[in-house]
Amino acid sequence: MTIKVKFFASLREQQPDGLKEVDASGLSTINDVWEKATGTTLVPAAVLCSVNLEHRELHESVKDGDEVAFFPPVTGG
Amino acid sequence: MGVLLCEQPFEPAVEITRFEATLATGSVGATASFVGTMRNHNEGDSVTAMTLEHYPGMTEKQLEEVISDAKSQWDIIDALIVHRVGEILPGQPIVLTAVCSAHRAAAFDACRFLMEALKSRATFWKKETLANGDTRWVEKNTPG
Repeated sequence: MTIKVKFFASLREQQPDGLKEVDASGLSTINDVWEKATGTTLVPAAVLCSVNLEHRELHESVKDGDEVAFFPPVTGG
Repeated sequence: MGVLLCEQPFEPAVEITRFEATLATGSVGATASFVGTMRNHNEGDSVTAMTLEHYPGMTEKQLEEVISDAKSQWDIIDALIVHRVGEILPGQPIVLTAVCSAHRAAAFDACRFLMEALKSRATFWKKETLANGDTRWVEKNTPG
């Protein structure tokens, strides 16, 4: 009953290992996952997220076994 | 369809030739390509190196989706995206997009689309090393 949480770029540097597993019980949205994984309630405005490799919004739902990622705006190319 | 993430420098002309060789002989009437190269300056500062981070699995998937989108919008034969990851130096190619089609208009238009779409959608992040040794994350892409 866990959710894998990944952080990338500047957000990864703010987390000790850039990868966490959090207990999925009681978590219903991506925002809940952020709070559980970071211990902070306010998601910075520019932060983007994905679930199972698909872009998502913070209010969208999560379930046991999901891979959730948080990252800043992309700057490739 | 081709998506390639390279940890080492690549040669755009070699990649285009290799890509064209996978297509049916005589089918291609036009090949359009774009190469993005690392600058030695950004926002008024000298830049000596850059690290390109990506999200393994998601980045490749997104690039494949970008090519699929191009194929659905233009009458093209196939497309290629090559993108560097890891450590990169000024003057080295960062990205190559190439499109083969029967006629030039579709190749030009789809090639531009690939670049703009990957810059806005694909999960890459640049971290610059400045001449004084400081590092900083690039926070947004240039408009064009």
